[in-house]
Amino acid sequence: MSASGYNFAYLDEQSKRMIRRALLKAVAVPGYQVPFAGREMPLPYGWGTGGIQVTASIIGRKDRLKVIDQGADDTTNAVSIRKFFARTAGVATTTRTAEASIIQTRHRIPERPLQHGQILVFQVPIPEPLRWLEPRETQTRRMHALADYGAMHLKLYEDIARFGRVTTAYDYPVQVNGRYLMSPSPIPRLDNPKLDRSPALQLFGAGREKRIYAVPPFTSVKSLDFADHPFAVERWSYRCARCGADDSYLDEIVVDDRGGRRFICSDTDYCDSRLQPQATLP
Amino acid sequence: MYVAVKGGEAAIEAAHRLLDQDRRGDPAIPALTVAQIEGQLRLAVDRVMAEGALYDRQLAALAIKQAAGDLVEAIFLLRAYRTTLSRFAVSEPIDTARMEADRRISAIFKDVPGGQFLGPTFDYTHRLMDFELADDAAAPESDAQAPGPASAMPMTLPPVMGWLEQEGLLEPERADPDLPVGDITRDPPQYPATRDVRLQALARGDEGFLLGLAYSTQRGYGRNHPFAGEIRSGRAIVEIVPEELGFAVAIGEVELTECQLVNQFKGSAGQPPQFTRGYGLVFGRCERKAMAMALVDRSLRAAEFEETVTAPAQDEEFVLSHADNVEASGFVQHLKLPHYVDFQAELDIVRRMRAEEARQEAAE
Repeated sequence: MSASGYNFAYLDEQSKRMIRRALLKAVAVPGYQVPFAGREMPLPYGWGTGGIQVTASIIGRKDRLKVIDQGADDTTNAVSIRKFFARTAGVATTTRTAEASIIQTRHRIPERPLQHGQILVFQVPIPEPLRWLEPRETQTRRMHALADYGAMHLKLYEDIARFGRVTTAYDYPVQVNGRYLMSPSPIPRLDNPKLDRSPALQLFGAGREKRIYAVPPFTSVKSLDFADHPFAVERWSYRCARCGADDSYLDEIVVDDRGGRRFICSDTDYCDSRLQPQATLP
Repeated sequence: MYVAVKGGEAAIEAAHRLLDQDRRGDPAIPALTVAQIEGQLRLAVDRVMAEGALYDRQLAALAIKQAAGDLVEAIFLLRAYRTTLSRFAVSEPIDTARMEADRRISAIFKDVPGGQFLGPTFDYTHRLMDFELADDAAAPESDAQAPGPASAMPMTLPPVMGWLEQEGLLEPERADPDLPVGDITRDPPQYPATRDVRLQALARGDEGFLLGLAYSTQRGYGRNHPFAGEIRSGRAIVEIVPEELGFAVAIGEVELTECQLVNQFKGSAGQPPQFTRGYGLVFGRCERKAMAMALVDRSLRAAEFEETVTAPAQDEEFVLSHADNVEASGFVQHLKLPHYVDFQAELDIVRRMRAEEARQEAAE
């Protein structure tokens, strides 16, 4: 199948303009979920349609795109989305975090610190951080309008009271610019500190739920916590079995049928660049 | 060095090749043509057009072929194509009273001016397997070609609801020409939604989901006492008003099925007792869908008639945000995508909590 008969990056220019207007609003009000008229994409809902629409609206011919899923460039869905843009936009793609101008991601933030000028596009399944506390959109919009986030603090408090710790392992809620409560998308807690004052522009797209939100560069992003129970990230007692990293998020891999396990970096580019430091860019 | 089990480009390409083979099936049997699907699986084509929200029999048939008969997948294909089309014009409201009907029934009057016409319906068939159809050679082609009694039908039929309306027994349908009509393909969903937006969402909502909801209202979860006032199927003219002309011109015909329900209403502080309406309109002959839609439409009007909202079918946000099968199918199936990072995070938490519990137990 060829991409002939479709516009550059699939979406028509009117749709892209509509999405860019939503993005501008999102950047102007950090953390606020801007409703937008999400389009059907040729990939299924829940597989990154929000991120794809955002990327399609901002990508230009000079961009270099990296797509990761679970931190890796070679997971099937990352391969599929990268191919989609290579085919519909004909843009250059890369697996190197340092070389990419746009990085579309699902569930991770690259280990290598992002630079000013780079854009990180998150695929978001459920944009509403309050959704598991209140199923109704009408209610949660009101709660955001009033900055009524007591329910979330109560949930965290109940976790601590019952289990001695907050049991939210990923998609840990954050407050952006001291105002809006925001879902960072299902990234592990280890990635939360990378959101804070990042030099990169961070855009979030939720296709099925038709919401866009953003964290502009150098914006404060604070993971919710309590003075006596400060936010903490995961720490392993293992290192990556491949590159030896002790600071990256590790995937656990079952290596034999006796329950043997190894841990390796979920960020494949980070792992590769540590093994071949001569190949990494400045 | 151990390489993690992560799929690659080669795996995807191999899967696509297998899918192609699987769809084609036994090469000794001739391939289905798009024309055969269009002509002989017409109700499947109708459903794909209705929920794919694009009236194009040929494309819908192609989608069914490409999807190997998986109608939800075919609907998805058609939607993803539809979204790339530029908007040519917005049509004038279709006048279903002027529909060239081949089926029109009413369950509230024994006879109605213009008459009742069953048309092509499964309704009164005995659901016995017709083994003659299995013998491809012996299919009674001649019978199918014979002119049916439908040719005796009048061109247009006056709507049944008109007579109830004249007597003031039925709520009047108020169309405000100054109010813009919503467009769910161009505006993000907002709640509470207006009825035009609700009807659009229901028209392309999943037939199975709406059928279940409609059924639930009949079993007491938000009961609304419906009667089938009129159900009609046929071809209606689509007109647009080109700016340079300033008057309506016909651009084509679409086949539609319309269902008008009449529902009991005991009246409220502001309204006298009267009958109220539920409305369903779909492409093709998706009659089951049109009826389910009308039942759910009436349920969703609960607040309008000061009825207590107690059941899922009356809950606008619940119904509208879960009715779209392209959205639902995608999100349910996204669980197949890797979730190692999230699962790792959960594993870590569970292990830590178990370790802590074990430590506490040991200490006690």
